[in-house]
Amino acid sequence: MRHVFGVRVGPVAFRIGSAWRAPVEQLRTLYRDYPAHDGVPDFTVRLEAARPWRRFVRPSVHIRGDFVIPDAAPLPLAQGLLAAEMGMNLQMALGQRRFLLLHAAAVERDGRAVIMTGESGAGKSTLAALLQARGWRLMADEFVLVEPATGLVHPFPRPVSLKNAAIDVARAALPDALWGPLMRDTPKGAIRHLVPGAAALAGAETPAEPVLLLFPRYGLPAEQRPVGAGEAFVRLTQASTNYVGLGERGFTALTRLVTDVTRAAIDYPDTDSAAELIEALW
Amino acid sequence: MTPARTLAAVLADPSAAEALTPGAWAAVLAVAQAEQLIGTLAVRLDGLPLPARVAALLHDAQATALEGRRQALWEAEMARRALAGIVEPLILLKGTAFVAAGLAAGQGRSIGDLDILVPRDRLDAAETALLAHGWMWVKPDPYDDAYYRRWMHELPPLIHPERDRMIDVHHTILPLTARLRPEAGKLVADAVPIGGGLAMLSPTDVVVHAAIHLFADGDLSGGLRNLWDIDRLLREYAEADGGYWPSLATRSADHGAVAVVARAMRLAHALFGTPVPQDSQRLRLSDRLFLRCLLARDGWARESRKLTRLGFYIRSHWMRMPPAMLARHLWIKWRKGASAG
Repeated sequence: MRHVFGVRVGPVAFRIGSAWRAPVEQLRTLYRDYPAHDGVPDFTVRLEAARPWRRFVRPSVHIRGDFVIPDAAPLPLAQGLLAAEMGMNLQMALGQRRFLLLHAAAVERDGRAVIMTGESGAGKSTLAALLQARGWRLMADEFVLVEPATGLVHPFPRPVSLKNAAIDVARAALPDALWGPLMRDTPKGAIRHLVPGAAALAGAETPAEPVLLLFPRYGLPAEQRPVGAGEAFVRLTQASTNYVGLGERGFTALTRLVTDVTRAAIDYPDTDSAAELIEALW
Repeated sequence: MTPARTLAAVLADPSAAEALTPGAWAAVLAVAQAEQLIGTLAVRLDGLPLPARVAALLHDAQATALEGRRQALWEAEMARRALAGIVEPLILLKGTAFVAAGLAAGQGRSIGDLDILVPRDRLDAAETALLAHGWMWVKPDPYDDAYYRRWMHELPPLIHPERDRMIDVHHTILPLTARLRPEAGKLVADAVPIGGGLAMLSPTDVVVHAAIHLFADGDLSGGLRNLWDIDRLLREYAEADGGYWPSLATRSADHGAVAVVARAMRLAHALFGTPVPQDSQRLRLSDRLFLRCLLARDGWARESRKLTRLGFYIRSHWMRMPPAMLARHLWIKWRKGASAG
């Protein structure tokens, strides 16, 4: 492909090829502090034009790669960076088989990890990003990787995709952070990528033992309730894209996880109260 | 050498893997993924000294294939239970048959839908039983449905929503509109039991089916995997039975499939070194076009050689339908596409 970018995020290496220069240049900036990767990748992503002339005329970016959704809508070239990020997410969601993959965020302190899962909009990405300002290491904001053989959580510290109001909140809380370009009018509104802090990138190959599993909900008065292992198990099977594909390994890893950790659902009105709830539980 | 040709060379002779550079590996693995041969590659290279990242990737691929095998066998068992009393034993086709019978062609193979062969006079009963056991129609479109029922060699595809698996219920192995007319009755009559209430096509019919599927029923997409199946089947059957080659020739003639089987043998020999008889080894001029198309992927696994591919796409429709019918079919499809878009 014309423009190529290779990067390692935690244990996973990506090779991204693009028909245009701009998305690759944006990737280079955003992933400036990540290890480059030019060897054998785990996943290949391609950003392609639908037809040769569509590189120039009304350019729209089609997301392709090892794993694809056949009828995924293309994005305008101005959102090429978003297309690359979506392409990487897609490879993980459809192709990851080394780790049990949970749609969740995770932070770590003293070698012990907190996993936060919930539907999109529950605020887990924002919360995980903001906890960095309180001494937590960000391990993941989108995909938590659980190693079946050990039960350990492996970091996957991708740039955090923040949306709409969360962008300004995070900018105020993390004034020194590195950011990607602001993309308005994406299918999910305004999106901007926040690069995790130095601790997250330095620890990108350091796994942690999961000790706390949270089901957070943003925008409600502070409250918590315990969650049974059975409920946690079922909710995590729904939050995993590869639980079925892993077969028995997935079942063993997930039962072990929900058995070994403290489990709670928390409601929180702001980051301060969430941090207090987490520190009390942990 | 295109990465697809390198992949073929490594599949045929795993020791060739030692010479690959990291760049070559990236290309070969991407192509293997795209051609659904990565699990097969993983099994072939198991135990060989490989770069750490490659070994880790292939380890994952092998685990995935193993889980896919388990799910495919379970799906076959579900269909067997649903169809008990209607078709016994249940005749499996393609990948599921290979793994159920423990054939080399099944090792590491990726398996999508469950394909079964049902005698035509049991088709209605089989359909009713599957619907009663939770399978549902995938194509609600009346034209598609009517087209399948009148002209195709299989029922419209059914899905089991709970397990998210499709089943293709065949009553023969080529559309009724196609130029070739394989003998469905003989396929069923000579099927061999493989245990557990299951059966598969006879050793010669399996290869005839694979060759027809590859060269008379499609545009060669996914063809590298199908040709690899043929290589493994031919090796295994020829080794077990000294009279295999003449039996295959006779059977191909019975089904009117001499040309496609011969082409399968020549191409398998060219790409994978299949030990076919000497007089079936020499490539023809047209074979080179098939090879060109089978190997048309670049180092990013993109489909290359667009013109060759287009040619094979047109050919695939040409073989399956008489011209007037093809025109009518494409016209209806085009109008539907235009009104949907």
